[in-house]
Amino acid sequence: MKEQLSALETEALEKIAQVEDTKALQEIRVAYLGKKGSLTAILRGMGKLSKEERPVVGEMANHVRESITAALDEKGEKLEWIALEKQLETEAIDVSLPGRPVKVGGPHLLTSIIEEIEDLFIGMGYEVREGPEVETDYFNFEALNLPKNHPARDMQDTFYITNELLMRTHTSPVQARTMRANDGSKPVKMICPGKVYRRDSDDATHSHQFTQIEGLYVDKNVRMSDLKGTLDAFAKKMFGKDREIRLRPSFFPFTEPSVEMDISCKVCQGKGCSVCKQTGWIEILGGGMVHPKVLSMAGYDPEVYTGFAFGMGPDRIAMLKYGVNDIRQFYTNDARFLKQYHQV
Amino acid sequence: MLVSLNWLRNYVDLGTNPPEELAEKITKSGIEVDGIEYIAEKSTGVVVGHVDVCEKHPNADKLNLCQVDTGEEKLQIICGAPNIAEGQKVAVAKPGAVLPGDFKIKKVKLRGIESNGMICSLQELGIDEKYVPKDTAEGIFVFPDDVTIGDNVADLLNLNDAVLEFDLTPNRADALSMLGVAYETAAILDEAIEFPDETVRTENEAAADYIAVNVEAPDLNPYYGAFVIKDIKIKPSPLWMRNYLMAAGIRPINNVVDITNYVLIEYGQPLHAFDYECFASDKIVVRRAKNGEKMITLDDQERTLSEKNLVITNGKEPVALAGVMGGANTEVHEGTTTVLLEAAIFDAVSVRKTVKETGLRSESSTRFEKGVDPNRVHKAGLRACHLLQQYADGKVLAGTVSFDELDRSEKTVEMETAEINKRLGTSIASEEIAQILRKLRFEFEQDKTNFIVHVPTRRGDITIFEDMLEEVARIYGYDHLPYTLPVGSSQSGGLTEQQQLKRDIEAYLQGAGLMETITYSLTKDDLVRKLVSPELSDQTLVPVQLSMPMSEDHKYLRLSILPELLQSLTYNQKRNQYDLAYYELGSIFISDEDTLTKQPTEQRRLAGALTGNWLEHPWQQEKKAVDFYLVKGIVEGLFAHVQIPVTFEQAKLPDMHPGRGATIKIADKVVGFMGQIHPQLQKIMDLKETYVFDINMEQVFAAYSNVPSYHEVPKYPSIARDIAFILAKDVVAGDVKATIEQSGAPLVKDVKIFDLYQGDNLPEGKKSVAYSLLYQHPEKTLTDEEIEASYQEIIETINKAFNAYVRS
Repeated sequence: MKEQLSALETEALEKIAQVEDTKALQEIRVAYLGKKGSLTAILRGMGKLSKEERPVVGEMANHVRESITAALDEKGEKLEWIALEKQLETEAIDVSLPGRPVKVGGPHLLTSIIEEIEDLFIGMGYEVREGPEVETDYFNFEALNLPKNHPARDMQDTFYITNELLMRTHTSPVQARTMRANDGSKPVKMICPGKVYRRDSDDATHSHQFTQIEGLYVDKNVRMSDLKGTLDAFAKKMFGKDREIRLRPSFFPFTEPSVEMDISCKVCQGKGCSVCKQTGWIEILGGGMVHPKVLSMAGYDPEVYTGFAFGMGPDRIAMLKYGVNDIRQFYTNDARFLKQYHQV
Repeated sequence: MLVSLNWLRNYVDLGTNPPEELAEKITKSGIEVDGIEYIAEKSTGVVVGHVDVCEKHPNADKLNLCQVDTGEEKLQIICGAPNIAEGQKVAVAKPGAVLPGDFKIKKVKLRGIESNGMICSLQELGIDEKYVPKDTAEGIFVFPDDVTIGDNVADLLNLNDAVLEFDLTPNRADALSMLGVAYETAAILDEAIEFPDETVRTENEAAADYIAVNVEAPDLNPYYGAFVIKDIKIKPSPLWMRNYLMAAGIRPINNVVDITNYVLIEYGQPLHAFDYECFASDKIVVRRAKNGEKMITLDDQERTLSEKNLVITNGKEPVALAGVMGGANTEVHEGTTTVLLEAAIFDAVSVRKTVKETGLRSESSTRFEKGVDPNRVHKAGLRACHLLQQYADGKVLAGTVSFDELDRSEKTVEMETAEINKRLGTSIASEEIAQILRKLRFEFEQDKTNFIVHVPTRRGDITIFEDMLEEVARIYGYDHLPYTLPVGSSQSGGLTEQQQLKRDIEAYLQGAGLMETITYSLTKDDLVRKLVSPELSDQTLVPVQLSMPMSEDHKYLRLSILPELLQSLTYNQKRNQYDLAYYELGSIFISDEDTLTKQPTEQRRLAGALTGNWLEHPWQQEKKAVDFYLVKGIVEGLFAHVQIPVTFEQAKLPDMHPGRGATIKIADKVVGFMGQIHPQLQKIMDLKETYVFDINMEQVFAAYSNVPSYHEVPKYPSIARDIAFILAKDVVAGDVKATIEQSGAPLVKDVKIFDLYQGDNLPEGKKSVAYSLLYQHPEKTLTDEEIEASYQEIIETINKAFNAYVRS
């Protein structure tokens, strides 16, 4: 009987190893372990064995049953897995087909640049201030040391509405208004972005409407070296650490001393090209120490308070940074143009 | 200002600095050099030749056959210039020579005869046609007799000169002269200055016997000096002077005119030469013009004058528009023998007004407008006399006849070393400051760290300490200023609540699929009153108008963002881009005044415009055109995002589709509108079906509360019940919803419309609207009986209120 059991086990395990589908496997299970199965049949013959032999054979029979069951289960799992894999293969899709699109908009390039500059200066403790686009002659010019008939008014062609009201030509009146609002006693540290207007014919490099962002810091003991350090920190963050900056003297009626800031040309790495007019430098920003007349007109004692101011054009920065060659692109809103800068 | 470096070398030793390096130094010290122009591209092998023989070409009418002596060799050259003649000294490009444009000269045969080179015009040598003297513009250039045969033409004609183009800021009028530029470069390079020769031998005869000066408007003409020069011979000016003038952008004319122009550029002082005979009077009267008075200026234009204009007269009629342009009747001409030379100063504002009125901006008027040096006007007159003596054979009569009320005093500025360093953030020593002042040639008194600076009158821009501070800083070098960050009182900075909210709203809109745009604030006549929001249109609105617009398209300040935004859509649709979802956040300008006396109210608004399909390429989604409900969803989402309750009310609005428009309300106050624009407007603007919204942001800012109120998260389960009502078609679904909310309170927490059906299986004139009700109690789980009771009550209420019944 022992031999019978042993032969049965060998035979069963062999069949299980060879079987290829779950149905056949089930048949094997019935053939060996079922009520009419071979193992059951052998076990039925146990009654004929002696008392001594019975437990030994019983143990062996149990072992054979367990061995076959384990082999059946293992093979069953394996076959199931194979069947699943086959099934999944038929479910394969073409991943090269496009995804279902989601509609996403985006900011205007000028807004991106303005917000980037805002955030840089907010990090240095500046507030953001705004002011009216229709200004008085006083705040746009006179409070900035540009009296009527001053030749420097020619630097900016102005859209007048009446003799006293005009479209602001720069965001500087916000500086004058902010200083005045501070009663001539509190420090001022702010930047002011916004739209400005000039009496220009629109072409690739001129627009009757464009944007500006200016900064102002007034306090006791503000030094010109502070302006230099601030602008350097800004330029390195905005244009990259590898860019050189230089300051050179300039003229604005509302600052003295005045500066203009150039950054080294990115296109030619300072060697000279058509973008930088062969100079290796690109003018990016104007500024200076707030003129004592501007301070005193705003109520600050220029003997006690000093300050610096600076201003730049996001349109120009955008044109330089992204190679936009026509300023009108910012205002005609061609979808193909707007979309290009949504990741900026 | 165009600065010829060869000219500048007459006053300052520029050393071996290449033009680019010099330009860089000047730029860094405060005068921006905008460009460097070379007079001509390099040419080689061009020398002076003498035309020994000039005969007609045997086979060509218009050509001449010349035998030319170039010193080293004699060349046979065929020349087509009409002005070629025997005995001339001309520019000869020998075989092997290279002219600008890489034009190589070779031996050639012309109509059967050999030609060994080319006789050149100034243009062929690379000089810009607009500076070429008119008498040689049509032919070759003829040298004066005193040049040597075989000499290098490039040197003789100053072709190797580099010209710096200064972009002067309005304060640096001093650099509108070669002398001023000499002061500047001498300071930068720390060099000496060689001043021009102003010596004059005068005749015994006195100028005062010929002319008297009478200034009737001393406020506009504080100084007028007149010189008289006799026996003048009009001829071309010396070659070097012509070269310099051309380099400075001035076309040479004759010796007298060239000399006044030369001194104008050299000293920055405009001069004017009258023909004394034509002047026809022995007195100069300077006065305001009479209203309606007429004169013909040098450009042969008749000008009608007013008392705003200052004129020079001969006692009877105007002979010059003071400081702007001379008159045609007293112009120096070929037969002129006696010259009346004016060296005067005219008031800047008066000249500026005359220039603006007449449009006559000249080298002279530019300098008067910016202010000339009171201590240089007489010297400039002497310099011109010196040159007239030398180059026009003139005899200068004794004395200057003048009117003189000129203030020649210098300003003084006090400064102190510690204050300079405190302002600049530097530690410059007093001795270094003194050295800077010496470089600038400013006289000063120094007492240890205290300075009193006597600012020369050529620097009229320096009046206060801060002006001197800039002088010190710029010569010290902005490059040498340290980098520091402010050490003063610190503040935290940051965005205000409104600024942050604005950014949040924009982030929502962009996430919702809209693109930000920026359009023009200035719009045109037929658009300015279109699509004005209803809450504004019941007040008097007068569009603010520019007094001198640049174009009709940008004349009025906008009353709504939408018209220009719609124009952007049109622009895109014309370029085959039909699926657009745009928004803009910006100001409109509200006023009720016909003539503006105060600033208009600037109101920030948010406007959107959508058209075409929502998705350009829907791919596995339904292709869906933008419609009212899509736009409404975006607007609803916006208000949900900022947690402001909002309602929409059907409204017939101007320029809007009468059945597809709604006002937007916050707490019963209209804050904007939305819907489809009127098909008629769509047609006018060349647009397809287009939907818009427009919201007053000031009201949104006012209604916004930064901190959302806390609602406890419910502990007990909610139960949903759906219900569909058959309603008459004209019943407003929103009204039914409101009634359900009222009737179901407090157990019904939320009501949503989830289906609309109008079609088959419904009685005529009916529609079915399905609502989803959410039941919830804060303190217990609701029983079926409680819900059922409420449900039945709602059905009954709706039935009564709307004659509606439940769809089974």
